[in-house]
Amino acid sequence: MYPMEMEIVDPVAATGIFQFAWALIAWPLLVTAILLLAGKASNSWGHLLGVAGAVGDFVLAVVLWIQMIGTEVPNRAVKVPVTEWMTIGTMSVRADLLVDQLSILFALLVTGVGSLIFCYSIGYMAHDPNRRRFFAYLNLFIAAMLTLVLADNYALLFIGWEGVGLASYLLISFWQHRNSAALAGKKAFLVNRVGDLGLLCAMFTMFALFGSVNFNQVNHAISGAPATWITAIGIFLLVAACGKSAQVPLQSWLLDAMEGPTPVSALIHAATMVTAGVYLVVRSHAIYELTNAASLAVMVVGVVTLLAGAWVGSTKDDIKKVLAGSTMSQIGYMMLAAGIGPAGGAFAIFHLFTHGFFKANMFLGAGSVMHAMDDDTDMRHFGALRKVMPWTFGTFAMGYLAIIGIPPLAGFYSKDHIVVAAWERGPVFGVLAMIGAAITAFYMTRLMMMTFLGDKRWAEGIHPHESPAIMVGPLVVLAIGSAVLGVVLNNAIQVWLAPPTGHHPHELAWYHVPWQGWATLLLVILGVAVGYLVYRRPIAFDAPGKVNPLVYIGRNDLLADKFNHLVFVRGGGALASGIALVDDVIVDGAVRSLAGGTKGLGGVLRRTQTGYSRSYGLTMVLGAVIIAAVLILGRLG
Amino acid sequence: MENIPMLTILGLLPLVGALVAFGVKGRAGRNVAFGFSLLTFAVGFAVFHMSLHSDLAQTVDWIPQIGAHYALSVDGMARAMVLLTVILTPLVLAFEWNNDTPHLAAHKTPRWDVNVFGALALLVEGFALFVFMSADVLLFYLFFEGSLIPLFLMIVGWGGEKRRGAALKFLLFSLAGGLVMLVALIGVYAATSAAGNPTFLVSEIAAIEIDPRLARWLFAGFFFAFAVKAPMVPVHTWLPDTAEQATPGTSTMLVGVLDKIGTFGMIKFCLGLFGEASQWASQLVIIVAVVSIFYGAFMAITSKNLLRLVAYTSVSHFGFMVLGIFAFTITSIAGSIFYMLAHGFSSAAMFFVVGFLVNRRGSAEISDFGGVQRLAPVLAGTFLVSGLATLGLPGTANFAGEFSIMVGAFRVIPVMVFVSVIATVLAGLYVLWAYQRVFTGEPTEEVREKITDDLGGRERAIIGVLIFLLLFFGFIPRFGASVSEKTATATMSQLGIDDPVNGSIGGK
Repeated sequence: MYPMEMEIVDPVAATGIFQFAWALIAWPLLVTAILLLAGKASNSWGHLLGVAGAVGDFVLAVVLWIQMIGTEVPNRAVKVPVTEWMTIGTMSVRADLLVDQLSILFALLVTGVGSLIFCYSIGYMAHDPNRRRFFAYLNLFIAAMLTLVLADNYALLFIGWEGVGLASYLLISFWQHRNSAALAGKKAFLVNRVGDLGLLCAMFTMFALFGSVNFNQVNHAISGAPATWITAIGIFLLVAACGKSAQVPLQSWLLDAMEGPTPVSALIHAATMVTAGVYLVVRSHAIYELTNAASLAVMVVGVVTLLAGAWVGSTKDDIKKVLAGSTMSQIGYMMLAAGIGPAGGAFAIFHLFTHGFFKANMFLGAGSVMHAMDDDTDMRHFGALRKVMPWTFGTFAMGYLAIIGIPPLAGFYSKDHIVVAAWERGPVFGVLAMIGAAITAFYMTRLMMMTFLGDKRWAEGIHPHESPAIMVGPLVVLAIGSAVLGVVLNNAIQVWLAPPTGHHPHELAWYHVPWQGWATLLLVILGVAVGYLVYRRPIAFDAPGKVNPLVYIGRNDLLADKFNHLVFVRGGGALASGIALVDDVIVDGAVRSLAGGTKGLGGVLRRTQTGYSRSYGLTMVLGAVIIAAVLILGRLG
Repeated sequence: MENIPMLTILGLLPLVGALVAFGVKGRAGRNVAFGFSLLTFAVGFAVFHMSLHSDLAQTVDWIPQIGAHYALSVDGMARAMVLLTVILTPLVLAFEWNNDTPHLAAHKTPRWDVNVFGALALLVEGFALFVFMSADVLLFYLFFEGSLIPLFLMIVGWGGEKRRGAALKFLLFSLAGGLVMLVALIGVYAATSAAGNPTFLVSEIAAIEIDPRLARWLFAGFFFAFAVKAPMVPVHTWLPDTAEQATPGTSTMLVGVLDKIGTFGMIKFCLGLFGEASQWASQLVIIVAVVSIFYGAFMAITSKNLLRLVAYTSVSHFGFMVLGIFAFTITSIAGSIFYMLAHGFSSAAMFFVVGFLVNRRGSAEISDFGGVQRLAPVLAGTFLVSGLATLGLPGTANFAGEFSIMVGAFRVIPVMVFVSVIATVLAGLYVLWAYQRVFTGEPTEEVREKITDDLGGRERAIIGVLIFLLLFFGFIPRFGASVSEKTATATMSQLGIDDPVNGSIGGK
């Protein structure tokens, strides 16, 4: 369908305000440093400076965007030289930035949605004694995320990539006096590190083949590389994307990440950071265009995750976990699109952008509900909140209609493009994507029914109330975005993104809907109807003990944790104990008799206590060991 | 300036300081020692700068009958190690500022007064500086062995209940390594004599063709001593025991400074003098290095004691350095040198923050902690940053080192790198799991009783310097990189190996 010869845009030198693009990263970083170093002295004004971190960045991003609009299309990709990071032997890495149509879109999304969520957090975290530290970490996140999307090479991207991982770790375990929060933060960090192995290996390969990890240089050189290594790079990058974007099989951390404060879930674990994997794949589209195997793998991962996330979302009673499952699922759509090729890349970013709005909207809405329900997240204890929280209900409803894809709201357009493109690539993908849309409609209707409609099932002593204006304001803005962004951006965003994604867009009128779109809409209405009919019935206050296997599996995060525990904690624990025994008895034993007097130093055999905590690291480690073994054996054979 | 023997002055300064500190009793002597360590830092920093522009080397005949010279010089790697040594020593002295007071409940009563600790640390510093600057193998050997004595006394004098046993173990291992090296040293002398030019001067030995079979034996002798020092599996078991029993200050001098002689020696002597033998042995060495990486990481995960945990992380990290050295690329060797510097700072930071915890709680057992973040948030924050450096987070110096090692080595031994890179996940596990058990959750009554104060001014200053250095070399690694690269390039040309070119992976 698309010509094989690629159009690679060479960035031009930065002029005007572009030369100060680095301030997008420096400013929030400075705010972080001030908030952390000033300590308690800044408690009274820390949150205001924190908000200024995001808002200041948003203003700068808008200014950059305006200058980009005023530039002719071929010169819109701009290289901003900053400094050399390190040159050592044949490895040379510069810390330069690339401001182009794709990165500016991300900068706008991160700082724009970020600003709203920062404002909301003033109210949400008002009674937390560590609110200042919370804003410091949020600013660290903004700085790292902008490093990730503005980098002009994979190494600098990786620094931002790990930086957002760190911010995510700090914010998930923000209430670290709760053991569950500390565990969830660590799990997120470790599973992400497994994904990072992919990015590291991709960079090792690029350095060895091309002597560079600069996007532009890699794009130019990639077609000359051996086919096996191109596929390998594609797979490595996919592994990285799976970790960061919670795609199967590295999805297990995202549901636990809901332990973090809800604004964090909205910003990091819904709107921005978790979409970084999609960004990585789209940014690397020149690589994927040359490898069918890796592209297909991206699509398979996307389709599997979009169904898996929907499955989880249909079974959870915890409102945040339903939304987390939904996030997995929606990112699955984006990955599917990103795997399709140049056209899909633009659609993936389109969906990413609208999803950023409607999902942030709904997460903040869920936070507003939790605020009203004394931090309860169990939807079985909600019901009938529509009357007492009209603003929250109204804005949430916009997000609901947007995500299930009711025209003319945002999700209808962005998701439809993906379904159509998937269908054209292969009807199997198209059908599965449509089924996913139907399930989405079902579980989101379920959420609406259990939370806002029906009878009230509030626990005793709970008196729900609408949230303060500082929290409702951002909800309204996001709701408007969820409603109109689809129509507004439908055509424009593809034209805008054509150069960085290598896509040649057709004119797409907002009223033009292909037959797959109508079919999807029909399935969505079916899903809504089923959700309505099932959850119109009375809902028990406590979850039933006995459920059917499908629900059981969904509730237990598709058994990923149980699998990890059984295979890796037990196995890894035994391995570690074995090594400890060898160290103690064999390696050290001989010496100990020599040295004398040191008996007891080695101690007894250290048995690892089993506990969910360290399981995930060991999990992944052993998985990686197996991969390594396969690689070695493959080489021998 | 050219006639002033700057290198000799640099090496002698801490030794003179040690003598004075021995003489001045009590805390006054401690202050003198600290003053000398600061002065050494100033001179060391000056030497670092001057050596970038002029050749400071000195060569004087010492025992002409056997061709031994008093010869000092500094190349890129030596510069980095000098910098590391002169920075860490004053920090160690500041950390052990009050080690004469009984509030260090974790430790048995010190054997000697605090001024003796200062004097011994200065002795270690002086000997280490001479080791790094020696351009003569015999001179190197004497200071190499000499540094054992003050360090042995530091372990015997200060630390836990079983410190005597640990000190003995340390001494036995080190002496065994040293003895083997002595034999190799005699072999070198025999070889140079046979070639008609009996000498111990490194530059002259390098120019002599040594019989390949003999060279392999000599290589093995040197390598064994350095592997004990570095330390590599299976000759590593002395390190965790020592780190557990010695005070964190002693452990920092040991792991931060002296252990670097192991990897330093591998580059300077094993690769520099016995290139062909190094290549012959490289496959085995790399396998041992990879085993060390994982062995250290797994042992760190299962450690129940924070000090042992830090020691085992070092075993893992030294494995990375050796991997980089024996991959024979400029990038990986330079990366190893950079990592030596970074690891010096990060291991010191870890020993210090653990030391802060131990000084308060009176125990290094992980199970004795929990919820400390609530009681000492600054201590928790500094532990976390030090830990993130240890696990190689980008933005810290350790990442730049580890990354360069793996990027370089991947061109030659991709499979080994694919395997080793997994250890970065294990590093995340041992650091964050330790943080979780020590700092998160709700503190128990006992922890609340013992941990009553957060870091004081002196403690903040010490850890602040190290965190600054870790971030500085993490965000701007090019300063350390250019220094490391020179030695790596020189070593590669001595080896006679061309750096791999773009487009080849695994030599294909």
